[in-house]
Amino acid sequence: MSIDFISLFVAAVLAGTPLLLGTLGEILTEKSGHLNLGVEGMMFMGAIASIAASWAYEQMAKNAGFAASGFLSVLIALLAAFGAGAFGALVYSFLTVTLRANQNVTGLTLTIFGTGLANFCGELLGKSAGGFVTVSKVTKAAFAQLDLLGLKESTSPVLQTISRLFFQYNWMVYFAIAIALILAWFFKRTRVGLNLRAVGESPATADAAGINVTRYKYIATVIGGGICGMGGMYMSMVNQSGVWVHNCVAGYGWLAVALVIFSTWSPLRGLICGLIFGAFTIMRLYVNIPGLAMQIYDMLPYAATILVLIVTSIRQSREHAQPKSCGTNYFREER
Amino acid sequence: MKQRAEQKDPFVRIAKRASIASGKAWGIRAVAFLGALLTGALLLLILGHNPLNIYGEMARGAFGGAMYLKETARTAVPLLISAIGIAFAFKMQFWNIGAEGQILVGGIAASAVAIYYDAQFAAWAAETGSALPKIALLVLMFLAAFVAGGLYGVIPALFKSKWGTNETLFTLMLNYIALQYVKFLTYQPAWKMAGTSFPKIRMFDPIATLPKVLGVHIGWIFALLLVVLAYFYLTRTKHGYEIAVVGESTNTARYAGINVSKVYLRTMFLSGALSGFAGYLICSGADGTLTESTAGGIGFTAITVAWLAKMNPFAMLIVAIFIAALDRGAGFQSASGVPESCAEVLVGIILFFMLGCEFFINYKLVFRGKEVAA
Amino acid sequence: MEQIQYAVQMRNIRKTFGKVVANNNVSLSLRKGEILALLGENGSGKTTLMNMLAGIYYPDHGEILIDGKEVIIRSPKEAFDLGIGMIHQHFKLVDVLTAAENIVLGLPGGIQLNRREAAGHIREISAKYGFQIDPDKKIYNMAVSEKQTVEIVKVLYRGADILILDEPTAVLTPQETQKLFDVLRAMKADGKSIIIITHKLHEVLDVSDRVAILRKGEYIGTVETAQATQQSLTEAMVGRSISLAIERPEVDEKEELLRVQGLTCINAEGVAAVRDVSFTAYGGEILGIAGVAGSGQKELCEAIAGLYHVKSGSIEFKTGAGFENIVGAKPDEIFKKGISLAFVPEDRLGMGLVGSLDMVDNMLIRSYKNNKGPLVDRKTAKKVCDELIESLEIVTPGTSTPVRRLSGGNVQKVLLGREIHYNPKVLMVSYPVRGLDINSSFKIYDLLNGQKKKGVAVIFVGEDLDVLMEISDRILVLCGGVLTGIVDPRNVTKEDVGLLMVHTGGEKEAGK
Repeated sequence: MSIDFISLFVAAVLAGTPLLLGTLGEILTEKSGHLNLGVEGMMFMGAIASIAASWAYEQMAKNAGFAASGFLSVLIALLAAFGAGAFGALVYSFLTVTLRANQNVTGLTLTIFGTGLANFCGELLGKSAGGFVTVSKVTKAAFAQLDLLGLKESTSPVLQTISRLFFQYNWMVYFAIAIALILAWFFKRTRVGLNLRAVGESPATADAAGINVTRYKYIATVIGGGICGMGGMYMSMVNQSGVWVHNCVAGYGWLAVALVIFSTWSPLRGLICGLIFGAFTIMRLYVNIPGLAMQIYDMLPYAATILVLIVTSIRQSREHAQPKSCGTNYFREER
Repeated sequence: MKQRAEQKDPFVRIAKRASIASGKAWGIRAVAFLGALLTGALLLLILGHNPLNIYGEMARGAFGGAMYLKETARTAVPLLISAIGIAFAFKMQFWNIGAEGQILVGGIAASAVAIYYDAQFAAWAAETGSALPKIALLVLMFLAAFVAGGLYGVIPALFKSKWGTNETLFTLMLNYIALQYVKFLTYQPAWKMAGTSFPKIRMFDPIATLPKVLGVHIGWIFALLLVVLAYFYLTRTKHGYEIAVVGESTNTARYAGINVSKVYLRTMFLSGALSGFAGYLICSGADGTLTESTAGGIGFTAITVAWLAKMNPFAMLIVAIFIAALDRGAGFQSASGVPESCAEVLVGIILFFMLGCEFFINYKLVFRGKEVAA
Repeated sequence: MEQIQYAVQMRNIRKTFGKVVANNNVSLSLRKGEILALLGENGSGKTTLMNMLAGIYYPDHGEILIDGKEVIIRSPKEAFDLGIGMIHQHFKLVDVLTAAENIVLGLPGGIQLNRREAAGHIREISAKYGFQIDPDKKIYNMAVSEKQTVEIVKVLYRGADILILDEPTAVLTPQETQKLFDVLRAMKADGKSIIIITHKLHEVLDVSDRVAILRKGEYIGTVETAQATQQSLTEAMVGRSISLAIERPEVDEKEELLRVQGLTCINAEGVAAVRDVSFTAYGGEILGIAGVAGSGQKELCEAIAGLYHVKSGSIEFKTGAGFENIVGAKPDEIFKKGISLAFVPEDRLGMGLVGSLDMVDNMLIRSYKNNKGPLVDRKTAKKVCDELIESLEIVTPGTSTPVRRLSGGNVQKVLLGREIHYNPKVLMVSYPVRGLDINSSFKIYDLLNGQKKKGVAVIFVGEDLDVLMEISDRILVLCGGVLTGIVDPRNVTKEDVGLLMVHTGGEKEAGK
């Protein structure tokens, strides 16, 4: 039995990227003290919005008689995905922050709504596109493999391998990594990030220190939702190559929620853990352990997550735990 | 002095209502419901459909005829039972969002009994010609589902009472483990449907399927019975009382001599067991087999049912039927050109509005200058 | 003569909460560069007054002047902007952040947080006033005194010139207290103006320049510390005894019911909340428990009721078969034996009652296990409710109204009535008249005296010394979890008790 570790690594990175985006969005959200179980819904909304926006732009270009630009198409898709996810999160934050609705139930509702809306729109779009909706070659090409250092055709096998491992992914992979690094910097180094962490840990303390708790919660949740939406875009644009497939997010949103726990609310650990989860989802294709069924592999991310939950609770770890106010809404004591 | 007082007052202030007349509360809910329908209509309009047509068709698809009614009832039964189970946990402020997994585990256990023993029981029935083997098998399947679902619910409660492990996330994860296990089973030779390479569990022998009453599997009778029983359990029994006290304050519970861990474990067993029971009804009643979509989001929808009904079993009956009707109504729609997922969108919008309107029932807005005597 | 400059002047301040007057016509002034002690018993309105300075409450009436200028303080932020910083009794810190992070929280500045600069500034402040603080240490790794230091530095970092400390020494050891006082003196030397709320007299004498005294929401006066003694301050703080004419019936037969020996309890922070306390309670008497807030009264009662973990010592209760140690027994078993606890916390609900449940269900807290079978017996409980409503004149729309909606006096009657209904042998009540008007209070006193006459051992934790002096047969005084004396109120003065309440831990300093 031989394992092609290089292919496994590359495949894990590709599979882990949408999870990473969903996770980063949810980490940002939870840092503000809100557990948003609507990740799946927001990813769905982002997935359909990106395809719909690209497709609409291409149709417009076709009708107007100019050549669609791949760059513009992708940019529009990205904005649409972000906007759709952010919109879902806005509804969520209006209900939970302003109207003090239960976070769990509101999040679940967002998942129901988002999933339904995406499939609904997908089917409608499919109908008007005559069968199924797909983006054009120009847009697809924009999600192709890159060759950042130009070493793909290198004569040195070592360089070739290095290039393949690190420098030949589609742009969204690097985009997701960049967001992870930015978020890590944001939480660790900036004033606003520090204030946000305080809001999530102890809104009363933050309030007393003059921080506008409501504003922080809204902004973090909405941007977090937008990032989740971009994770959905990866699912439809890269995984499904720009074709709308019914139920295409397929539980990745929930896997992202698990990944938040597994990476213990840290964007940097999210990078590594995203890779591990990505590997879990595709490992069965690369590593065949006799007697271990494929479906058991798929169970691993969730089992590992439970293990992390248990271990952190037994160790009463304060730092590697969910922000303390998560799940409970804050309102200033009524006097 | 006056000017100062005004400066201090914000433009609008939120005050908790001491109480609200139930008529007014229902009025607010009715307005919210209308608002949801309007928003849904607007969305449909934007997407190029005539909302009136669609709403009318949906009503017809849900209630317009015996066949549709049966479908609605079939959808409502597991939803209701699972919601009741969830309400037990939620009343205790134990956020069990693992009903989806508990349904599946119940389904797995019931199916295991059916898959491994239906042939023997069928043979026995053929031999004797009596109804006894069928009843025995169905009871056995029920017990398996009940216990398995219950134990699956106890796991997070155990960790919660021992180490305070976060039950929301724990139960959420357990859902997917159960789902993956079902997928695993679809590939197992003992379970697989013969003669196809498609991963699918075989249908049970008819002996392992629930009898029908008035055209719907007998589960609906149990569901109605459960509504009354659950109401009775929550409001009249010592267990129900303990659940209420633990939910309000674990400190008071200790003062009253209640063993909080024990209440957690016992109640979560029942909560999971009821969802397991729902899983059994889906497998043995509706589908005649176990599939990946046996739970199909029912466990999640049930949470919103329980929440909207404020954990009242009778209210849950109404909400469950309503949501099932939306679901079936839209299913009927797909024949007439509107996608089935339309139901999810509408359910989502209605739930959003219902969740939001609770705020206006619990709080009132006091505008500046209109100080109400407290 | 040099003109005196005032940092703070509060004039004719009045603040009410509902019907309760917390501050009535209080005037107070803080000179620049002085340490002013604000002295008063529990409930005298010290913290309320200071909260108005810190922007947490807003006065109903009166004016506040800072540096001679009239100001309006609507929020903590506005207080900060005026250079006022308050260190509350309950720290407001984020556990998982470091000291430095907590200190700079919410402050304006560049996008990036310059930790080194912040830490430098913190060290600078620390060096200036003699703090010891590690800017990179996480709060959850800190001892209470370190957390307090962080709070003080947080206030100084924001440039506060006026510091208010609410009972800062309550959580400190004597050594830590001395260190804190050194810091306060250093700040004073630097020109800061400081108000310290306390009720420990020796500390007042030790650190302050002047003492302002509040009593029951009223301003009594301000004296120069140099001219004050423990005796004179106690007198000013507790006041002359006012006759309330509370009955104290004599009961001849007194039976030993409860023996507590060497009881020690450790709280969550690992500090002894109750330290080696021994006493006996007799049937047919009211044993008053006096002490400033947080002296271990709550923990002592909860330990007896089986709700607080006992580290060492014994609690023996007389049953038919003689004395039996009840340490380790479950709360409901202890209740069944006849020991009852009616604890009224500050929000009146809390442990003994569930606000969202109705009166019947609240009766069931004590009785739901009494009947056989799996069902709760609401019928009996309802009957008890009706009886109580009748006999105690409880005003309620009905037995199915959530108790949260009842007025304070009625809530207390529900709680006490329930406990009394089950005929306890030992009845512990804590703050049973908190927030009640005179008439309701007397109703409660009558209830307690009735129990006493029936031969019940009543243990009464109170906050009003006048009441305790009149109703109790003996008064047990706690200070910092230590029993400082058991006295007969017929033979001692209120000042004697007051001194016992504040004296321990002070002998050392008082002797120097």
